Amino acid sequence: MILTTKHFGEIEIDEEKIIAFEEGILGFEDIKKYTVIVNPDKDVPFHWLQALEYPELAFVITNPFVFKKDYDFEIPEKVIEQLKIEKEEDIMIFSIAVVPEDMKKMTINLRGPLILNIKNKKGRQIVLDTEKYSLKHYIFEEAATENIG
Amino acid sequence: MLILTRKKDESIVIDDKIEIKIISLDENKVKLGISAPKDIEIHRKEIYLEIQEENKKAAIGNLNLEGLGQFFKK
Repeated sequence: MILTTKHFGEIEIDEEKIIAFEEGILGFEDIKKYTVIVNPDKDVPFHWLQALEYPELAFVITNPFVFKKDYDFEIPEKVIEQLKIEKEEDIMIFSIAVVPEDMKKMTINLRGPLILNIKNKKGRQIVLDTEKYSLKHYIFEEAATENIG
Repeated sequence: MLILTRKKDESIVIDDKIEIKIISLDENKVKLGISAPKDIEIHRKEIYLEIQEENKKAAIGNLNLEGLGQFFKK
């Protein structure tokens, strides 16, 4: 199908790549279908989660483990059942990024990871009830220190 | 909203399957114990709201990632 998006113009959506968020995403509970648009620039680990029912809506997402290597949490049993997760290999985790005008101040939300079951294309956002991980994790401080070290 | 007064160690039962018990009381905080079936999600309200707000900020944020390339080029 062709989707006319606000940010990417007209794009071709592979029906096989549509992910169903049965409960939507917090704050956007009415929107249940998304697709991942992979960044054509392979060096940049950021992609987009584009809403289908509302083409104006897209989120920048990334693999949080790139920026927080020790990121670790348990996926609640309820979520495993909801998403019908059978194997760990079927799980993909993304964090939503907030990208301000000054990109160096970009943050990712480690408290509300997106859990995707790539086998059956179901997904949802979960809430980590912990102070351990930040709602606004600044990625560039870490990247900067990694480059120096 | 239903308002009930409970003393320490007293409980409230919701829908026959959720129980909320007052574990301890302090001057300005109360410790609650909650028993609920596994399929019920329980969170501190402000965390839910925080994530909603953060999602909304992300949605109106900058989606153009061209400038990022320079930080990741090898």
